[in-house]
Amino acid sequence: MLRRILAITQKEFIQTVRDRTTLMIMLSMPLLQLILFAYAIHMDVKHIPMVIADQSMDQASRSYITDMVRSDYFDIISTVQGEADVIHAIDAGTARAGLVIPPNFAAQVDRGSANVLLLVDGSDPFTTQSAYNAANVISQTHAITLALDDLSRSMPAISSQDLSPLTTHINILYNPDLKDLWFLIPGMIAMLLQTQTIALTSLAVVREREAGTIEQILVSPIRPLELMLGKTLPNLLIALINMLTIVVVGTLAFGVPFQGNFPLFLGLALIYVFAGLGLGLLISSVSQNPRQAQQLNMMISLVGLIISGFIFPRYTMPVVLQGIGYIFPLTYFIPIARGIFTKGIGIEFLWGSVAALTIFAVGIIFFAARLFRQRLD
Amino acid sequence: MTEIAISANGLVKTFRTRKGPLNAIDNLTLEVGRGETYGLLGPDGAGKTTTTRVILGLLSRTGGQSSILGFDSMRDTYAIRERVGYIAQQFVLPADLTVIENMRFFASVQGISQEAQDARIPELLAFAGLTDFTRRLAGQLSGGMKKKLALACSLIHQPQVVLLDEPTLGVDPVSRREFWSLLGNLRAEKGLTIFVCTPYMDEAERCNQVGLIYKGRLIAHDTPSGIKKMVPGHLLEFKPAKFVPARDLMGGLPGVLEVQTYGAMLHIFVEEAERGRRTIEKTLGSHGLEWSGMRIIEPRMEEAFISLVSRQEAQDHDQ
Repeated sequence: MLRRILAITQKEFIQTVRDRTTLMIMLSMPLLQLILFAYAIHMDVKHIPMVIADQSMDQASRSYITDMVRSDYFDIISTVQGEADVIHAIDAGTARAGLVIPPNFAAQVDRGSANVLLLVDGSDPFTTQSAYNAANVISQTHAITLALDDLSRSMPAISSQDLSPLTTHINILYNPDLKDLWFLIPGMIAMLLQTQTIALTSLAVVREREAGTIEQILVSPIRPLELMLGKTLPNLLIALINMLTIVVVGTLAFGVPFQGNFPLFLGLALIYVFAGLGLGLLISSVSQNPRQAQQLNMMISLVGLIISGFIFPRYTMPVVLQGIGYIFPLTYFIPIARGIFTKGIGIEFLWGSVAALTIFAVGIIFFAARLFRQRLD
Repeated sequence: MTEIAISANGLVKTFRTRKGPLNAIDNLTLEVGRGETYGLLGPDGAGKTTTTRVILGLLSRTGGQSSILGFDSMRDTYAIRERVGYIAQQFVLPADLTVIENMRFFASVQGISQEAQDARIPELLAFAGLTDFTRRLAGQLSGGMKKKLALACSLIHQPQVVLLDEPTLGVDPVSRREFWSLLGNLRAEKGLTIFVCTPYMDEAERCNQVGLIYKGRLIAHDTPSGIKKMVPGHLLEFKPAKFVPARDLMGGLPGVLEVQTYGAMLHIFVEEAERGRRTIEKTLGSHGLEWSGMRIIEPRMEEAFISLVSRQEAQDHDQ
């Protein structure tokens, strides 16, 4: 049995190395994706292009606008006349937000009845969220400052700090500065590894079917499980090399600290990579031609991306969807990756995910071997 | 009493197609004794490949029985695979492995130890005439060399039986001859049982048993000379000056059993040679048609094959 597995491994290894171009692509793709994604993805959107219709043009309106700009959340790209112009600019896509300050703003502020209108482009979720939150916070802070200034002028004995009835101390663990990359990199490493492992093996069997070489393999005494394991091993190596490069680049180049135990992470990543390769083999075993395999691969990768917990928290999803999530190894590995990488926790907190992932990895290989069609019809 | 190497009994294989079920193999029964070279002869689409694949267990069977060396094709597949060599019709060895890598791969999956490989592989390469090409990629070999590599790979585990599906398809005449002389050596030296599918008559002549397959049925099986004797009557050959009118005249003549065309020649099976010849010459003469090269010839495999197939066709038509 071992001799046959090694024979297949050796054959796959030779074939992989012989196709240099494909090998180079396989070895560089995850790293390239990591770099591109790391620069592209920003959950907290800053520098939102904004137009301003300041119909008051007084001291109070200018002070308010200055606060807005100083937050870095908004960049004023032009000034316009009124609400209609603002909507036009958002329609055209030149601005994502617009601020309308009515005439006599300073007088209204003095009377305590001032109103401003913020218009936000609601077609883009991240911009909307950020603009809404930022404008809210900036406006309230600005209003409180005005009120406190008022109060302290009338009661100079009391310092403005004593006037606040409640102070909340927020302590964000693991990522106190709320850095995007710290949130993203561990999950992204997991996601990229899943995408690649499935891609590596999803064509492994169906390609032999397409080339006809499956016929000669079928008339040899190779058992399906041996074929699966033999095809897994060389890809395991490729996936592990990729895992190392993206972890190293993620930590060194992007400055995301690796808090936990690296050997533990490596060991669990090995199981995870094995599971992904198994899922790819399953796709390859059930597909009748490479096109089917590619479609299935795409679907699994995309759906896995959304419902595995990489982008959106799983506990907000309907139970059925949470259940479907368990067919992706990524679902098990996201908590492991974030746990070890960002939180620095040990296996004692992770054994549930680890056990599930291990069962998944072993089960999927047997399942793929079971579904492998041992005849040509 | 020879030992049975390959047997099929009432074998049926039905493919489900969009137009309904298609009987690729229809109640086929055959037996190949040990050490025999059995040729499965038939036109394209007759079911040669399907038969081979079902016997090997590469395709499931719809009905009947089949076995190799007493091992059932469906249940004992691994026992069969350890004892049988196979060359598929297409080239199905990994094209991106070299000759030597292919040999080593198939040797290893057959569980052959490193020492045994070191001894056996050079021997097989020399036998197949591939010694100078060990480092060439299999996909870059010529058609003939590909077949020889496939043969060498299929012999690596010293099988007792080999099944060859049109092994000389797309191979030049010289390489074909070489390939068959390799097979001849194997039969003589190792007592190998050879089951070979072929559409070529000259290859069928090299077998000691021939089965004629047509539309999934075995319509005749015998030694090559036995097959030739199955054709009734005698065979006349001549070259008419005007082909079509001469051919059309022949069918209705008394004593004429069958008319076959052979290039610019006509082959006429008649009940009695001399009387048939006189009848034909008289008829052609009375219609003012000229001819040349009228002679009585010995029916070859080819004529026998066409005769048996067209008789089967006529029989199917009547039903």
